[in-house]
Amino acid sequence: MKRAVPLAITFLTGFFLVVSFFIPHEPFGELEQRLLIWFAIVSGFTMLLGVDNLVRAHVRRVTRRPAGWGHSVALIVGLVVTVVLGVIGFVRYGSPFHIQSPFMFLYTYSIIPLQATMFALLAFFIASASYRAFRARNTVATLLLVSAVIVMLGRVPIGSASSHVFPAAQEWIMNYPQLAAKRGIQIGAALGAVSMSLRILLGIERSYLS
Amino acid sequence: MAKSGDTKSFWERMESIDRRVIFLILLVVVAIPLVISVGVEIPPTAPVIEAHEAVESLEAGDVLMVSIDFDATSAPELIPMLESVLRQAFEKDVKVVMLGHIAIGLPLGHVALEEAAAELGKIYGVDYVDLGYRPGYVAVMIAMGREISDVFATDYQGTRLADMEITRDLHSYEDVDLLFGFEHGAVIDYWVRYVQARFGQRMTFGTTAVMAPDAYPYLQAGQIEGLVGGLKGAAEYETLIGVPGMATRGMPAQEWAHLLVIGFIALGNMGFFFTRRKRRRSAAEAGQA
Repeated sequence: MKRAVPLAITFLTGFFLVVSFFIPHEPFGELEQRLLIWFAIVSGFTMLLGVDNLVRAHVRRVTRRPAGWGHSVALIVGLVVTVVLGVIGFVRYGSPFHIQSPFMFLYTYSIIPLQATMFALLAFFIASASYRAFRARNTVATLLLVSAVIVMLGRVPIGSASSHVFPAAQEWIMNYPQLAAKRGIQIGAALGAVSMSLRILLGIERSYLS
Repeated sequence: MAKSGDTKSFWERMESIDRRVIFLILLVVVAIPLVISVGVEIPPTAPVIEAHEAVESLEAGDVLMVSIDFDATSAPELIPMLESVLRQAFEKDVKVVMLGHIAIGLPLGHVALEEAAAELGKIYGVDYVDLGYRPGYVAVMIAMGREISDVFATDYQGTRLADMEITRDLHSYEDVDLLFGFEHGAVIDYWVRYVQARFGQRMTFGTTAVMAPDAYPYLQAGQIEGLVGGLKGAAEYETLIGVPGMATRGMPAQEWAHLLVIGFIALGNMGFFFTRRKRRRSAAEAGQA
């Protein structure tokens, strides 16, 4: 019973959603809309579960004090400050996202610079990794190297200013070899998703129950 | 006694430059063009021209839905193109409906929207609205195809959609003339698969340079109208609307950084070839001995 009921719910839900995709009329259309709204509500609750899990894990680290437990303190303080400022913004301005809300101050002068800094570091690692990885060790590596250089030159103004060949070659690489590989990957992934979905709907794949 | 590192030849050194040296040189090369303004010509490419024309095809009173699907990590690439699109739309008296699927990024879009609206004298609830964020993006996208107020009952401030002029008659994608998504992840796939393919929604996208290749299949298949890719795409868009901004100012830095990386790759490969030849020669001499 503990397995049969979830399997039946999964099959019926999946079946009705598939049918409603092809027959969006009543009663399937209305049923699909209701299920989608439920899904959005459940997604909201998963965020609460995530916060609960995060807080529990880091409170445990603070109480046990393993190496690096100070980072957990920073996380908890950051979380509490963000929530408090969000609530103040909601009470005073009707929304934490109001331009004058204290949450937006935190967002603009703390969250944005932190995120931007993390991502900006990537430029340095990419420069170092490109220098080490793009070596003409064999034919395939040489093809990759030449393609990378053409795309890099074609993507900046000096490439088009020095010769019309670079932008044209860059466009060709993006439109044909790159696209062919990308389509192959996407078609493979889509077939895999269809296959996995069918396995779940038919009850063959049951790992999500454990 | 000299250390073994001191006996390295020039090409051996070029084959293994310390990454801290690369970081330092890159920092200098990126910083100089940002400090000293260097003008560059940025001719627009076909995908950006198509995206610009898609917005240009809208008429006064039409609805442009703008989706903020990025966060601060991609802001330097995507905010300039967002600002350009908002400016272009507001100048044409197109109504802008903003929403987002990345909760932490939506305030970035909101700030850009408020700034553009203030600059061009637009009124909230009449000329533009921010619907905010709802979790479960695939469900949200599909449900909006039937009734937008089923998922967005209110805007980000809690005002009911029925109480605002701009959203009073906004019910589904049939009431949206163009969707312009700003993407740094896989949300673009869901927009195309679930909204373009199912509801036939006209859409175009601005993406980070890293994500642009993922959008090319949709562009070539005609599922999306135009593509603005990365900082260069944003700079091209600024060229098209005739208002140079952050992207145009950032292009020289990107240009110099690309040239530096190409230079390092060339040095690394020369070092690799010369040291390999040297190693082979030494091995042959050792074999003869």
